[in-house]
Amino acid sequence: MTELSRIWRETEYRYNLIGFKCNNCGRSYFPPRDICPYCHRESIGKMEKVKFSGNGEILSYTTVHDAPPAFKRQVPYTLALVKLDEGPVITAQIVDCDPDEVNTGKKVHMVFRKIREDGTNGVIEYGYKFRLN
Amino acid sequence: MSGIVSYGSYIPYYRIKPEEIARIWGDEPERMKKNLFILSKSVPSPDEDVASISVEAARNALKRKDINPEEIGAIYVGSESHPYAVKPTATIVAAAIGMPLEYFAADYEFACKAGTAGMQNVKAMVDSNYIKYGFAIGSDTSQGAPGDALEYTASAGGTAMLIGKDNVIAEINDTLSVSTDTPDFWRREGEPYPKHGERFTGEPGYFKHVIAASKAIMERNDMKNSDYDYAVFHQPNGKFPTRAAKILGFTEEQYKTGLLTPYIGNTYSGSMMTGLSAVLDESKPGDRILAVSFGSGAGSDAFDITVTDKMKDYKRDNAPTVKKLIEKVKFIDYGMYTKFRKIIITGDSVE
Ligand SMILES: [Zn+2]
Repeated sequence: MTELSRIWRETEYRYNLIGFKCNNCGRSYFPPRDICPYCHRESIGKMEKVKFSGNGEILSYTTVHDAPPAFKRQVPYTLALVKLDEGPVITAQIVDCDPDEVNTGKKVHMVFRKIREDGTNGVIEYGYKFRLN
Repeated sequence: MSGIVSYGSYIPYYRIKPEEIARIWGDEPERMKKNLFILSKSVPSPDEDVASISVEAARNALKRKDINPEEIGAIYVGSESHPYAVKPTATIVAAAIGMPLEYFAADYEFACKAGTAGMQNVKAMVDSNYIKYGFAIGSDTSQGAPGDALEYTASAGGTAMLIGKDNVIAEINDTLSVSTDTPDFWRREGEPYPKHGERFTGEPGYFKHVIAASKAIMERNDMKNSDYDYAVFHQPNGKFPTRAAKILGFTEEQYKTGLLTPYIGNTYSGSMMTGLSAVLDESKPGDRILAVSFGSGAGSDAFDITVTDKMKDYKRDNAPTVKKLIEKVKFIDYGMYTKFRKIIITGDSVE
């Protein structure tokens, strides 16, 4: 049940790339956090929920050949560090391309995909992945 | 009058050609291609399903028209391949587009016409002022049994129609349905693949209903075939809609824009709606459209539509047009197809 609780808790931000912006220094964070690590106490009460555009750029990437069972049918696939236009850097899968099409600096946009299935009778987890523009 | 406020489609990136399927099952490729009028079909990636396809289609609709999700009061997702037997797709899509707490929602099922049944329902709710806007989505990731003729066409894709009274780009002048109890095609609970009652699929199934619904709506609205700029029909293969169009006296000029099955296959609940999406991509104010779906079991929903002046300022290019979705694709072989579609089973218990 703890796994189910985690999925349910994370649904909002995983579905829609919702994070927080510190209105003290202007930095944005994903996943959401209560306090800005730069402003600490000064950010209390100034953290605002924001929805990111889903547009970003690949900072770095790696091709995965040895994947957990949930991703076996997608091997080989690319895992990348994506820098969102709003600033935060997140790790995500790049879909619908061959690994050799991926490169640092390439622009990407968020897509909605299945992340994991808990067997054939468990819950299905959805969330963000990215696709080359 | 109420009608389409915005629309969006989504078709997966992967394709398989009939030659590749024929190679495995020993069919004659040219004969299959000709008989079904099919050149390729879309294949969903292992991480795509009806929920993800519906979300992408709905988000594309919202990119073209900036509607506050708080104003969307209903969402109906029609499909015969919902990811869960019990747990609605509609609420997953609603969460992914940021709809509020209070909205009407349900998953619909009526073979390939569940999405258009949703359109009728949303229109009725808009007309009776229960809601301001509502989403009707038709989307599927259907499979034909390996080696069955359906395997050549059963594909994946979907379209979302946002219906309301304000900012209407295409008025729905009228809609009606015809239905009968016909054993043309079915899938029993728990069975992975559908079955078809051979002799019922053509005349008593598809043609009877599509033609009756088309004729009835034209008659009720005092319209004749030549009054329409476009005609779009449910397309289980490339052949049936072409023949239905000819029986009804429509010309190739009228039906070719909405005919997508030769390139993407039969997207089931997404089929006619995606054809309509392709028509709306090209249409201009004043254009008149006849759109008729078909669902086995069996029935047809017909729509008489007029494109409005609002189409001029509508931001079609904010989301990919159907043409664009068909352009950039990757062809896979049958082996990859069986891996993607879970026709081959891996040894892992949790996947
Ligand atoms: Zn700060």
